[in-house]
Amino acid sequence: MPKKVYAGVEVDVDEEGYMTNMEQWTPDIAKEIARELGIELTDAHWKVINYLREKAKEGKLPTLRKLGKSGVVNIKELYQLFPNGPLKKAAKIAGLPKPKGCV
Amino acid sequence: MEEKKRKVSIICSKANLEDVYAALILANGARMEGIEAEIFFTFFGLDAITKKRMDKLHTPVVGNPGLRLPGGLPFPTLLGIIPGMEAMVSFMMKKEMEKLDIPPVSEFLDMIKAAGGRIYACKLAMEMFKLKKEDLYDDIDGILTVGEFYERAEGSQIIFV
Repeated sequence: MPKKVYAGVEVDVDEEGYMTNMEQWTPDIAKEIARELGIELTDAHWKVINYLREKAKEGKLPTLRKLGKSGVVNIKELYQLFPNGPLKKAAKIAGLPKPKGCV
Repeated sequence: MEEKKRKVSIICSKANLEDVYAALILANGARMEGIEAEIFFTFFGLDAITKKRMDKLHTPVVGNPGLRLPGGLPFPTLLGIIPGMEAMVSFMMKKEMEKLDIPPVSEFLDMIKAAGGRIYACKLAMEMFKLKKEDLYDDIDGILTVGEFYERAEGSQIIFV
């Protein structure tokens, strides 16, 4: 399995750089992944990241539609926070697997 | 990352539920991948952006060999001629789609717009069906001739549905 070092910690990732073990994630790691994607994390980003991690712990990553209706963020804001691929980028920063859904 | 500019221009020419959803899912999916997306609704496809009709689209129950009964048996064409059958089948289809978190057409258009996608109507088809701008989804980006569509689609991949 490929590994990558973020914030001085070695973590397991897949071929595309998505973390495969969400337990290894730390906020510092998130900041580094975000920087790689050209994103500087703000409070609004953190709200999305924390929400996604909460949902992932319950075992279900929300679709873009559900995320847009979560009350945490709407779809327009999501595209502003995570340009060019909101769900994928947010999941990557949150240390979650690549989203598999079509909607 | 993947910052090379890609763009898709999708033409939706049909009003069948499954064709309209193909166009919408392609457009929304493109935006989710960071690909620019536009949909040009023409001919019967205009139903999908006509306020009165957009959330009442049907799937054809006659002449649709892909349609199955629950359980997988082919849907007999003769069943399709029963009044109300098309509405019922379409209702069931929408219920199944909702389970997969696929939104109704009007909400899907809102999502695509919020995602930065663009929605256009065909001028000629509107004239043909005597449709006015007020009849259409409020947030469309414009009414285009075929020439204007091609101008906008410069450099993009064109998908015809």
